[in-house]
Amino acid sequence: MAVEIMKEKYRSSVREVVLGATKDEGGTRSHTIKVGGETTLPFLHFEGDIPNRPVVAMEVWDVVPEDWPASVKGFFEDVYNDPAAWAKKCVDEYGADMIALRFKSADPDLKDASAEDCVPTLKKVLEAVGVPLIVYGCGKTEKDNNIIGPLAEAAEGENLLLGVAEQENFKPVASAAMASKHSVIAQSPIDINIAKQLNILISELSTPLLERIVIDPTIAALGYGIEYSYSIMERARFGALNGDRMLAMPMIGNVSQEVWSKKEAFLEEGEPTWGDQAERSLAWEAATSMALLQAGMDILVMRNPESVKIVKKQIDDLMQDNSY
Amino acid sequence: MIIIGERINGMFRDIAKAIREKDPKPVQEWAQKQEAMGAGYLDLNVGPAVPERVPAMKWLVEVAQEASKLPLCLDSTDYDAIEAGLEVCKQPAMINSVPAIADKMDRVFTLAQKFDAEVIGLAMSEEGIPKDAESRVALSMELVANCDAYGVPVDRLYIDPLVLPANVGQDHGPEVFETLRQIKLLSDPPPKTTVGLSNISQGTKNRELLNRTFAVMAMACGLDSAIADACDEELVAAVATARVILNMDIYCDSYVDVFRNQNL
Repeated sequence: MAVEIMKEKYRSSVREVVLGATKDEGGTRSHTIKVGGETTLPFLHFEGDIPNRPVVAMEVWDVVPEDWPASVKGFFEDVYNDPAAWAKKCVDEYGADMIALRFKSADPDLKDASAEDCVPTLKKVLEAVGVPLIVYGCGKTEKDNNIIGPLAEAAEGENLLLGVAEQENFKPVASAAMASKHSVIAQSPIDINIAKQLNILISELSTPLLERIVIDPTIAALGYGIEYSYSIMERARFGALNGDRMLAMPMIGNVSQEVWSKKEAFLEEGEPTWGDQAERSLAWEAATSMALLQAGMDILVMRNPESVKIVKKQIDDLMQDNSY
Repeated sequence: MIIIGERINGMFRDIAKAIREKDPKPVQEWAQKQEAMGAGYLDLNVGPAVPERVPAMKWLVEVAQEASKLPLCLDSTDYDAIEAGLEVCKQPAMINSVPAIADKMDRVFTLAQKFDAEVIGLAMSEEGIPKDAESRVALSMELVANCDAYGVPVDRLYIDPLVLPANVGQDHGPEVFETLRQIKLLSDPPPKTTVGLSNISQGTKNRELLNRTFAVMAMACGLDSAIADACDEELVAAVATARVILNMDIYCDSYVDVFRNQNL
């Protein structure tokens, strides 16, 4: 007896967001990257369209990452002091689809670098690689509010993905994106209601920006946390597919930041049963990424090139057409 | 709950005058206004404005769809007028309405099949509106069976259990809610449901309060749509709130605005 395949029909789709801009479009990228556009849940090619593959962005810092464990630090030893060379290595050798550039030097507790100090680094990285860029500040809101405007302006027209707009502090990033033609990361603290509200606030500031938002739902990399992130992402995606325009954005996840802050990943001398740290951490980053791909993640920010390799292979496999 | 905007109806003086004088402006203004306020469909009813309902309905369809992208709900007991309207609709429309009476169902479901239209089916027969839920459900089943037999997908049928004014037919209220619940068990996929919302408050003093209270109670029983006043802001806010409480929309602080601005 023939088995009838149950297919869900959704009434809407995730918005497609273009990142980067080529020369014709006012930037200098060698190509653009499209994310989103799904008309069904992740990788159910038999049910709908998954027009764009999820992409991997690799982290580049503008300072030497002193506290990275040796197992991941080793991959970049020759390029730590040169973010441009670091970015180039990620793209050329490790297959990064995008670069996520973090201006750690701006941290008042580190170098307290000014916007003027940061702009040349951004320009060099833009010159060194052709892929679209994600730009983050140091993570300290007050300082980031001061540097994001000048950084956005220095790369006007490049359609960077600028991080991060938050509910209580969305204007600096959103205004910078609006003024200098970039896209924006809207970050909410594992809270779907705030994720939706933040998108509304940004769209009220600028309607066209609604087409250029990527949601960062904030992910976790362990236990209860990742379960919760997963269910939030799933709920947002169901909302998007069922016509909720204010949740119909592609999503980005800071995988490496979460994974590498867990002692289970970075402790070299962990519990005896934990096994080799290098192997453990690369598996941790890969497994976290894979779980998030299943929840609908469109952009994964990653660190360990070996994990990237595994995840990119996984994406290749998942993007094989399974329609019947 | 989808709001089928009730305002383009020849019962209203401005619309009657517009139909008589072939002045598209009032029709188009109401079309745009209802769309902006969050209506999902526009009901078009020629009413008693002119004796010739066929050309009047055709004209209403033409001018309304020039001004709004919403699907239309052609409201008439004159099926020739509905057919004339369907012929000029640019997108699938809704037929309002057909009772569970054989020859009428034959005409309407044939039209629906031909024009890919949705249909509002009334839970009433030659004998009028039943008093209890059981009889309403039995008539609903007749509508479902006929709909299916004419090749119209059952989820394109909207059953109206028929609402009576609270001041004269108070005992009908609970029967209507029970009917709404049971309609959802009639088939898989189930038919959709609708009501003429303002019937509940006909001839009463605080009409808006009755309308919106009835609407949210009915939504909890499975009401999918209502022919209603899309410009009643409190009604729209109550519907948006009920959608959140029923977990149909994801909450956010601006949820009422999101619902209201869905067509923008």
